[in-house]
Amino acid sequence: MAKVTFNEDKCKGCGLCVTACPKKIVSLSKRMNSKGYHPAEVVNQDACIGCASCAMMCPDVVITVER
Amino acid sequence: MEVFKKTKGLTDAQFHYCPGCTHGIIHRLVAESLEELGVLDKTVGVASVGCSVFSYNYFNCDMVQAAHGRAPAVATGIKRAKPDNIVFTYQGDGDLAAIGTAETVHSAARNENITIIFVNNAIYGMTGGQMAPTTLPQQVTQTSPYGRDVTVVGYPVKVCEMLSQIDGASYVERVAVNNVRNINKAKKAIKKAFQNQIDKKGFSLIEVLSTCPTNWGKSPVDALKWLEENMQTYYPLGVYKDKYAQEENK
Amino acid sequence: MAEKVLMKGNEALAEAAIVAGCRHYFGYPITPQTEVAAYMAKRMPKIGGTFLQAESEIAAINMVLGASAAGVRSMTSSSSPGISLKSEGISYMAGCDLPAVIVNVERGGPGLGGIQPSQSDYYQATKGGGHGDYHLIVLAPASVQEMFSMTIKGFDLADKYRMPLMILTDGTIGQMMEPVSIDQVQVNTYEKPWAACGRGNRDHRNIVNSLSLNAPELEQWNFDRYKRYEIVKKEEVMYEEFMMEDAEICVVAFGIASRVSKNAIVEARKNGIKVGMIRPITLWPFPEEALKKAAEKVKSFISVELSMGQMIDDIKLAINCSKPVTLCNRTGGVIMSPQEVYEAIEKAAK
Repeated sequence: MAKVTFNEDKCKGCGLCVTACPKKIVSLSKRMNSKGYHPAEVVNQDACIGCASCAMMCPDVVITVER
Repeated sequence: MEVFKKTKGLTDAQFHYCPGCTHGIIHRLVAESLEELGVLDKTVGVASVGCSVFSYNYFNCDMVQAAHGRAPAVATGIKRAKPDNIVFTYQGDGDLAAIGTAETVHSAARNENITIIFVNNAIYGMTGGQMAPTTLPQQVTQTSPYGRDVTVVGYPVKVCEMLSQIDGASYVERVAVNNVRNINKAKKAIKKAFQNQIDKKGFSLIEVLSTCPTNWGKSPVDALKWLEENMQTYYPLGVYKDKYAQEENK
Repeated sequence: MAEKVLMKGNEALAEAAIVAGCRHYFGYPITPQTEVAAYMAKRMPKIGGTFLQAESEIAAINMVLGASAAGVRSMTSSSSPGISLKSEGISYMAGCDLPAVIVNVERGGPGLGGIQPSQSDYYQATKGGGHGDYHLIVLAPASVQEMFSMTIKGFDLADKYRMPLMILTDGTIGQMMEPVSIDQVQVNTYEKPWAACGRGNRDHRNIVNSLSLNAPELEQWNFDRYKRYEIVKKEEVMYEEFMMEDAEICVVAFGIASRVSKNAIVEARKNGIKVGMIRPITLWPFPEEALKKAAEKVKSFISVELSMGQMIDDIKLAINCSKPVTLCNRTGGVIMSPQEVYEAIEKAAK
């Protein structure tokens, strides 16, 4: 069981994590964060394999991955 | 169990970089290396001038802010004063390969026992996208609006290739941070550069190909692609000099 | 009795730096200060210090900045064109509140100028030199003995006030040989809790920095720095008075020009002219009060300097133009003779 958490308020919505995810389960939310960006979120947590590719690619170090 | 969490090598301050700018990834790799090697409490970083001018806000260690291009000289002064400190500079291409060329070349020639992290994004980011010493031929920037014309302004400087010809330099490698595989390689190189300093092996420079989505006029994702298709062909990745590996192989 | 040794000015200065605890010297060759570097190159390796010949004056001053930021006593020396190159680094050091001793063994300018003695970097030294609001403490030795004592004093003041300090001298004082007494020296040391030398057990990071994009914050930094400058102006002014008790004419001269002037003053006194001299030892802070006091008694001032007339502005400001100030000067590497100063005194006495 893997879990990905985003520090949403620090996310700038660049989308690099979206392309990095091998399972294609990360996308940009329709919501806006306090900075006015659409933060990234995991749409299907159960499919996450905990590879941390999204976190490796995140330029703002807002992702924590647990397994 | 946490498989990935933010390193203690970074402060809580939020990066001021534009969305998708890979400076943040490189900051993380440097900070993680320092933490993993257990040297954060004796490290002094030197911030340069350019987009990374505020890096002293992010690295969780003592920091000195240097004048444009002078970071290797400042690092030399710190290292000579406190040889047991781990000293690194974090410089962009304008800082390191234009105004600071002399300081770069001569700190390498002296085999100064410091680590230089050289971020090459082929443009001046902080001032709004002007031509850099590493801007590619034909690349459009604010000060090469018709594309870099090499017959007028000359060719880009290939820093790793140049430094590999200097006897003093110990370890020179070019990496990129445009995908997870390359990021892993970049981490290894950066960590090795710091390990070399700990082992008193002398001068290490890691050139990191990086993106500037804002000034390249591309989305963050397209910028990664542009890096791979354009920068990586002009600036091939790889180890350009590894004095100690060469000696081991003899 | 104090031990006396015969030394060149530049060597006395270099030895003094070592006595003051400086173990990090970064330089670049330029005439007429090269003896300092040569002396350091010989001595430093033997006492566990660092002598490094940098790739340029610019690199040298930034190495000094790094060493100083790490908390050690550090020094560089150069001559006029080299100081122009160092001005960027000096401004950064002032902005970072970093102490260091910077030596300018002046030569004629502008441009590449010449290699003969000059005092034409007075403006550059006393008014800042580089960009931004700042001052250096500027010391002007007039003998080989003072090259020694002022260098030791210089390291002390630089650390005490966290300011870069300049020793402004010239090719003559740098090259001349005189006996120097080098014992009985008091060296003060200062804690540097601000130094960036690894965090260790500290509960905070040390950041040495001159940058702020927050204008009110940068303004406050400058205000704070100038508060310190006010203390320096109050506490650290140094000057020598020579035959001033009954003087009607006051010569103002520093460095080599003051020595030429002394000869002329002694001659003039023999001929009944009541002339004396105020010799600023600190050029910044300038001995304004001493001059103001002199202005109440004397009829006129003569600025004797090896430039087109730079210090003369500070004299006029100090006395609020209350008395005439004339200029006796040579420039471009030419030193005035005592006769020329004598004639200027004679003219002022008429």
